[in-house]
Amino acid sequence: MKTGAAIHPLVQVPFQRCEEAFDRFFGGDHNPLRHLGAMGLFLLWIIVGSGLYLYIVLDTGVEQVYSSIGYLSEEQWYFGGILRSLHRYASDGFILVMMLHLVREWAYGRYTGFRFYSWITGIPLIWLAFVSGIGGYWIVWDQMAQFSAIATTELLDWLPIFSEPSARNFIAPDAINDRLFTLIVFIHLGVPILLLATLWAHVHRISRVDYLPSGKLMRGTLLTLLLLALLKPALSDIPANLATVATETRLDWFILFIHPLTDLTSPAIIWALLFSLTALLTVLPFLSRRKAAPVAVVDPANCNGCTRCQADCPYAAVTMAKHPTRRTYQVAVVDEALCASCGICAGSCPSSTPFRSQETLHTGIDMPQFPLNTMREALEQRMSALSGQTRIVVFGCDHGADVSQVASTDTAVLSLICAGMLPPSFVEYALRTGADGVMIAGCRQGGCEYRLGERWTVERLNRQREPQLRGKVPAERLHVSFVSANDGKILAHDLTEFRARIESDQHLSNKLQPYLRRNAHHA
Amino acid sequence: MLKPAAAIVGQVVLYGAFAAFIGYFATNPIYRQIPDDIAVLKLSFSHLGERECRKRTQEELDKLPRNMRAPMDCPRERSDIKVELDIDGENIVTHVMQPTGLYKDGISTMYRRILVKAGTRKLSVRMQDNVKEEGWKFVKEETIDIKPAQALVIDFHPDKGGLFIK
Repeated sequence: MKTGAAIHPLVQVPFQRCEEAFDRFFGGDHNPLRHLGAMGLFLLWIIVGSGLYLYIVLDTGVEQVYSSIGYLSEEQWYFGGILRSLHRYASDGFILVMMLHLVREWAYGRYTGFRFYSWITGIPLIWLAFVSGIGGYWIVWDQMAQFSAIATTELLDWLPIFSEPSARNFIAPDAINDRLFTLIVFIHLGVPILLLATLWAHVHRISRVDYLPSGKLMRGTLLTLLLLALLKPALSDIPANLATVATETRLDWFILFIHPLTDLTSPAIIWALLFSLTALLTVLPFLSRRKAAPVAVVDPANCNGCTRCQADCPYAAVTMAKHPTRRTYQVAVVDEALCASCGICAGSCPSSTPFRSQETLHTGIDMPQFPLNTMREALEQRMSALSGQTRIVVFGCDHGADVSQVASTDTAVLSLICAGMLPPSFVEYALRTGADGVMIAGCRQGGCEYRLGERWTVERLNRQREPQLRGKVPAERLHVSFVSANDGKILAHDLTEFRARIESDQHLSNKLQPYLRRNAHHA
Repeated sequence: MLKPAAAIVGQVVLYGAFAAFIGYFATNPIYRQIPDDIAVLKLSFSHLGERECRKRTQEELDKLPRNMRAPMDCPRERSDIKVELDIDGENIVTHVMQPTGLYKDGISTMYRRILVKAGTRKLSVRMQDNVKEEGWKFVKEETIDIKPAQALVIDFHPDKGGLFIK
């Protein structure tokens, strides 16, 4: 889809810039733009929590719905009123975050291949969110509710789904009764339950789902919404009266924007627009001509069933099965439909060590497009070409800063599918085979294309996760830089500083004992 | 990332912008549904059209089993329903409602929202639920003082004297 590919950067680049600007204030882990899905879930829990209280105090009589909700804002403003406001503002926030999440994932091209399932299951969520939101406003039964109820039913009546126009339910004051509100409340509870079930489907192919954002981000968001609830509490309009029409309505534009849009156009145009957008979102993954990358391949002869690749896979693509030849052992099995081809599994495998003396390096799980053996050969070849006083090896990521820009006579660069593909033993290998320093240029925190690559890399290098970087590797000779595709200058600056630090630090005189593999290119 | 103090200031500003954005668009700008001097007239019906029934002759009844000797022979299909609405003598709506259902045996419905200028208006509604008959079976004429933002309903209820305006 050439047009789509051309439009992506127009949205992706501004989005990236915004994310990076937010990084300056929040840092990657607490940046709301990098955790929109988790933010949405957090807002949903606020909606559910506050909604449960509203449900308890709600009286579903025609007159009583208005008064029971109004009571919260007027008499119990300090608790019920705040919860009501939180319910409304969190709902608005949810819609905002959901739409940003949709645009972001599209802009980053995350709707094809292994992401197809998450994309497709996200589409009904949009419908369900708006149905829940619109129905929720009816329960208050004020003038805005009246306007929305009539506008929605008139819109629905354009479709040939009811034998009798549903708008007749709101035709005159005596047309509505208590049962209608019981039904509306039932729908307002049922649809969000359906939404939660769809959300489960939306994320269940992802491992280590961010069910909630960081504590700092949650506290900040909740505090913001609480302050908003206090400064501008959500209030009801005047009571609904079906004998009159509200000339002016204070609309919630996040949820009810469809009504003015219908007035401006026509129900036919609105349905055509809604169905076209839904169809477009649905077929988008099929229109993409992006070639699927080869998936990870397991070599049972080198797999000892340690389960590290299973633990590290961000998309739950690796499972364990009975080893074909070794009794009591397990072997990793890759689900092709789920594999993101990120190589994080190759970085987690204990067999992925370049110190192995085999001429051809085989590991337990590997990437056909960039096998560990090719990585070792490339590293050896590029290091053998290095000259100069301080020789540095830079491991980069195909989705982060372009490391080829810092390649020089004293700097060897190697770009990986993901920084998480780098087994820590390669750092030691580089230092023991001639490098004075190793720099790893991973993506910014929370900015990994494959979600967990940058996190696993840091944990492995900090010896918090297997396979760990060996203790004897001097930390001073290793530098990790978090740089995005826009951070070429930062990468160059970090490299210059790192080089200067190595050159100036007297304690770095003791290098690791050299190691020369018999068959190494630079042996 | 910036130094803690600058980062906190930046976070406060961004959280504030988020709150302002949510807070503003949750209720603003005010939407004007209809102009001040306009009222809404809802012309809506839900009514079963007539069926062309025929009285069975004694001979026909005798031929039928005893438990099926219904005096009237009614087809399943119902008639379309014709509706017209005039305001101040000007025809505004002319509509034919068709029965719902695959066999056209269901209810005929319509719902039309019409904006009218407030003031004294002469409304004239006519309905015929059997199109094979000439003329209008139900007629309602009324001069009403319509107030701005009023919602008037024209409906039909056979038990309440047919057409009514309220």
